Amino acid sequence: MSLAKIFGLYTICFLGVTILIGIAEQLFGLSPQWIGWIFMGLSLGIYVVIGIITRTSNPDQYYVAGRGVPAVFNGMATGSDWMSAASFISMAGALSAQGFAGLAYVMGWTGGYLLLAVFLGPYLRQFGAYTIPDFLGARYGGHFARVIGVVAAIACSFTYLIAQVTGVGLIVSRFIGLDFSIGVFVGLIGVLFCSVLGGMKSVTWTQVAQYIILIVSYLVPVVYLSYQLFAIPVPELTYGRLLQTNNTKAIEITRDAKEKETRALWKKDADEANAKIKMGNLNDAEVDKLKAAAKLASQQATAPAASDDAKIGRYLTVPSGVGMWNFLALTFCLMVGTAGLPHILTRYYTTPSVREARTSVAWSLFFIFLLYFTAPAYAAFARFVIYAKLVGTQIADLPRWITLWQPAGLFDVIDKNGDGIVQWADFVVKSTDFVVLSMPEVAGLPFVITGLVMAGGLAAALSTADGLLLTIANAFSHDLYYNVIDPKASLTKRLTITKILLVVTALVAAWVATFRVAIIVELVAWAFSLAGASFFPALVMGIWWKRANKTGACVGMIAGLAVTAYYMIGSRFYGVSWFGTQTIASAAFGLPVGFITIWIVSLMTEAPPQQVQDLVTSVRYPKSGQAVTGDPLGRDLPVGAH
Amino acid sequence: MADLTEEQKKSYWHYNVTLTTVLLVIWFVVTYLISGLWAGWLNQFSFLGFPLGYYMAAQGSLAIFVIEIAVYAYLMNKHDLNYGIREEG
Repeated sequence: MSLAKIFGLYTICFLGVTILIGIAEQLFGLSPQWIGWIFMGLSLGIYVVIGIITRTSNPDQYYVAGRGVPAVFNGMATGSDWMSAASFISMAGALSAQGFAGLAYVMGWTGGYLLLAVFLGPYLRQFGAYTIPDFLGARYGGHFARVIGVVAAIACSFTYLIAQVTGVGLIVSRFIGLDFSIGVFVGLIGVLFCSVLGGMKSVTWTQVAQYIILIVSYLVPVVYLSYQLFAIPVPELTYGRLLQTNNTKAIEITRDAKEKETRALWKKDADEANAKIKMGNLNDAEVDKLKAAAKLASQQATAPAASDDAKIGRYLTVPSGVGMWNFLALTFCLMVGTAGLPHILTRYYTTPSVREARTSVAWSLFFIFLLYFTAPAYAAFARFVIYAKLVGTQIADLPRWITLWQPAGLFDVIDKNGDGIVQWADFVVKSTDFVVLSMPEVAGLPFVITGLVMAGGLAAALSTADGLLLTIANAFSHDLYYNVIDPKASLTKRLTITKILLVVTALVAAWVATFRVAIIVELVAWAFSLAGASFFPALVMGIWWKRANKTGACVGMIAGLAVTAYYMIGSRFYGVSWFGTQTIASAAFGLPVGFITIWIVSLMTEAPPQQVQDLVTSVRYPKSGQAVTGDPLGRDLPVGAH
Repeated sequence: MADLTEEQKKSYWHYNVTLTTVLLVIWFVVTYLISGLWAGWLNQFSFLGFPLGYYMAAQGSLAIFVIEIAVYAYLMNKHDLNYGIREEG
């Protein structure tokens, strides 16, 4: 049976089971908790089975899936490898809160693939190693460049991994009611089965299966809502009209007297909290609590339009000045980070040829595009629902989705001025994640769809965790142990070490995640800047500039990392500010420093040896020595006719 | 690359560099000018009911990125064949 048939059948079965659960819900009143259990058990079961079927001990299969993954499937695998819990659950909500400024994420996380396609992907495939530090080691000779690569790969991937594990724990605890820390370990079973048994081969096919679940579950609620409101099941086409309605409503809310009254009450709360902080004589815990209260109150006191006579709501206002600089800088950092993250780059080692690698980047972005293209629509629908269906209703008569989701603690409705009517400022958002999570209920869909969304979120988190885990374990076992410490290690020994490291890394990540450190979410955004400032310049220069040498690359990577890390820590904790740039856009400084340092230091030191220059040449032309003058189909091909 | 002459190698690479440059210029204009610096001004126009600047940042730019990569893959793969580079696998 062909791969397309297998995955086609799988998709149909998955939809069939979803419909069956839906029927069971309607007919026998299957409880939400049961639906949650069934979806989790079912999807984890699928991943475990794929892991067992595709188990392998062949190194080519284990590290790069035998370089036999067709472009389309590698595209899907990259899609789910790439789209994390943050993309799936949090992005639409963040867009709804941040409006235009939030689009930096949508553009940054897609536009980076163009950089990957033209600068790196096909060339790395032509080089054809197992890991990214492999390339650095070969191109820049010796262990030093490789080790810097290993350190950077582990630093980026590990923080990212903890965030995914945290996502798994949140999803499992929210839907099934298991304790967070138990949820984390349950989710890990699904990840470990695949990566330990079959390495890249199992991870690839699991990721394809996960992509299908995540894209179906993301699209269903919003397509249905679009159909309900406009009779057109394409939300991307219909939400333009919603933006206009939302705008009008935002201005109306800004002018409304009752709203002004409510906002004034929040403003008073904020001022009081700030005054108390200023008085001093409080312990740290009390100050933190007051600060949080003040922040929340001033958020509620902010009108949805900048002023009474504003032409458009804040939502669509394009930032200017420092805001615009930050928007552009963040977009840029996310793009170079996307093109520099090792767990994504490694995926292009798995295609059969350079041609397939090129096509595969196109498929990857297409599959990612399907979700990112829809996310802003989610945001607009969420705003519309709150404006149109919640604002102005009686407190005693709230919509069903509000009463259902209120206990989850994502949002609250507080009648601030006590008039018994919900104002916009009465809707307190604690986590914008409610946008994606509550959308099925908003659309009036049965709980089975909420279960589907849970399975999708779980798939998104697990698939990314899979890829990251493998990257970290390979960095330790293949790059550090095999290449640097013991090059004579036998194959069995290497694979055994990889497998042990996978389990250990997973357990450490789970253990760290149980502390629920708030800074983790921020660290993920930092990972992009770190990857962008360290890997991107060294890889791009390594392929595109023969003169780049070992000293230049090593100093450049360290300089890029150092400047980025300095600005990150400085701006986050010590009030350092260059041009008012936000912390997550730190690579805006580190990346240029990295490039310029590699350039200057390489020119100051001697050119790389001839064999390295030959390597660069060979990377630029697909399959050396494979040139043929005739076509197997009998057509005459003009050699070099251009 | 034993079968390609130095000249063919040069023209093969030249085509690649030109294509890459063109795609990157489009990428830059679409991301940083149309969806960035000029977005506020473009918002006065409307497309499918969307303000144009917002539309380009939320959807238009994404679609252009997908098309750009597809064009790159198509042209480069064809370019390889024109030079008789045919990979196994």
